[in-house]
Amino acid sequence: MESASHPLRATSGLTMDRDVGSLPSWATWVVLGGSAAVVAAALLATGAFTVALTLVFGTLLSALVLYAWSRAVEGRRRALDRVMTLWIAAAFGLAMIPLFSLVFEVVKRGVPGLSLEFFTEDARGKVGGGGAAHAIVGTLIITAVASAISVPIGIMGAIYLNEYGTGRLRRALTFFVDVMTGIPSIVAGLFAYALFELFLGPGIRLGVMGSVALSVLMIPIVIRSAEEVLKIVPDHLREAAYALGTPKWKTITRIVLPTAFAGLVTGVMIAVARIVGETAPLLVTTGVVDSMNTDPFNGRMQNLAVYAYNEYRSPGVMKQASYDKAWAAALTLIAIVMILNVAARLVYRRYKTEIR
Amino acid sequence: MASVDTTTNAGQLLAAASGGRRRRGDRIFSRTAVVAAVTILVLLGGVAIFLLSEGFPALTAGASELPEGKTFLDYVAPLAFGTVLAAALAALVAVPLAVAVALFITHVAPPRLALTLGYLVDLLAAIPSIIYGLWGIFVLGPAAVPVLKWLEEKLGWTPIFEGPASATGRTMLVAGLVLAVMILPIVSAVAREVFAQTPRRLQEGAQALGATRWEMIRIVVLPFGRSSVISGAMLGLGRALGETMAVTIILSVSGAVTFNLISQANPSTIAANIALNFPESSGLAINALIATGLVLFAITLVTNMGARAIIARQNRE
Repeated sequence: MESASHPLRATSGLTMDRDVGSLPSWATWVVLGGSAAVVAAALLATGAFTVALTLVFGTLLSALVLYAWSRAVEGRRRALDRVMTLWIAAAFGLAMIPLFSLVFEVVKRGVPGLSLEFFTEDARGKVGGGGAAHAIVGTLIITAVASAISVPIGIMGAIYLNEYGTGRLRRALTFFVDVMTGIPSIVAGLFAYALFELFLGPGIRLGVMGSVALSVLMIPIVIRSAEEVLKIVPDHLREAAYALGTPKWKTITRIVLPTAFAGLVTGVMIAVARIVGETAPLLVTTGVVDSMNTDPFNGRMQNLAVYAYNEYRSPGVMKQASYDKAWAAALTLIAIVMILNVAARLVYRRYKTEIR
Repeated sequence: MASVDTTTNAGQLLAAASGGRRRRGDRIFSRTAVVAAVTILVLLGGVAIFLLSEGFPALTAGASELPEGKTFLDYVAPLAFGTVLAAALAALVAVPLAVAVALFITHVAPPRLALTLGYLVDLLAAIPSIIYGLWGIFVLGPAAVPVLKWLEEKLGWTPIFEGPASATGRTMLVAGLVLAVMILPIVSAVAREVFAQTPRRLQEGAQALGATRWEMIRIVVLPFGRSSVISGAMLGLGRALGETMAVTIILSVSGAVTFNLISQANPSTIAANIALNFPESSGLAINALIATGLVLFAITLVTNMGARAIIARQNRE
């Protein structure tokens, strides 16, 4: 706090400039529009017009014009304020460009590869053809098994942290969950490989290995979000239950968990969305395969992310068809992730318990 | 909320309290919770132990048995260099941008929009890395080629833009930019949180003294959030260090150790090298790759723990 108040005292010149006017409220917008138009015209005249260049030079020109105008009318400090506000807004716009470009390109390039075949057939023995049904099924199975491992451990871990934990184990768990959130996904994959290789021999590839790798990534996300929602269950609910003689475990399972239910479900869905598109850990654990496999404990299992990577990396004789399928897989993945994210928010809004 | 049916038979429960049934339930449940907690610790310990045991043979093996005929240290050093270079580049681009994004959401945009805008930024974090990779090589890479050429022409005298400029965009610069987009939401989430927590009295005090919004941000908000932004930057750096698929797809690698950001010859990163070579490797080559994974684990661990230490220190204050 101290460090924050010092500069305030130290900065001189905080008194407003005297006798200043102010720019009309539409000034910024007019400057932006005018600059963009001037830049676009200049670029068209030189034949170098692109949208990107217009945006870059338009922003620069706006900043200059706005500063000059505001400085003349309002003084130096207001002028600087306007220019910095413009920069900050421009930075936000810049950060949004990749998001919109990415979603746009994935939809544009992904749609041609979508077909009934894509969702219903595998790719076994089909030269340059086939679908991604085996990858979709594989993604669902690997993710489901990973969730089956991570959700109980994660939620029980959060219950431990919030309801039981004391002393050293609690501190260690809090610390190491933080550490775990930072594990690179490829390292989680290597761990699963090393674990299974030790028992089943080198070169082993199984669907369940991928699930174990993903669990390493998923558990910390589940435990963090579950801990957050358990924390906001008010203590007076627990105390009321204890006062009635309810045992602790019943208080937790009948009072605390139901109260936190919407938040728990939301957390799990976000965690699933986070791991469903993982590629690297699955590349080293589940392998690449062309045919349908529904048994996670036997043989290689394809999944959408690795499928997309493989169609890009080793395209078949018909290169464009493979690329189309890579993008179609990307589109399917992004759809799954977005649906999970939106659904998570809807679940939370619809079912959250009003706590008073 | 769940109906508390225990109210009706509290007497029965009280009676049970003296017996063993109720305590047994408590015992089982609390033990399950402890087991879950211990399992997580064992799992994390397992990651370190299994990587060590499988990586160890490569650490002790002679140069002739390892891939590329190099000792392990010579093998991993250029990869570690590439990893740190790509991540540092990403952090350099992402951190100022993330701070501006956080300021925009907390202090500039209309408060009504703040939630939606924050959600948009968070969406960037939800997109799978494989898709960033495809976007990088098919969209951003080709779009960057004229920029790379321009950089080579105008700034070719600096070592980082020495060129020759890549004709495909598969360069360290493009890989770093994609990584920057990927870590931006993490850094900006941390910055957003602390900027929103800036004490109102300080902000209003500054404005009451006549400060403009930018002056208020510069003298109150930024100093208040500085150490959180640093820790957020380190968390982002940790993420960029371990990021695999985007780099694997985008970067064209030659194993060269160079700061040249715009050429076709780039150092690989540890993670990308594993993803590229693991599927086709066998024997000691696998052990070598796992050992490089261990090095990556150590690097990210140190970075993340540094970030957490800064956060913890700040929470104490």
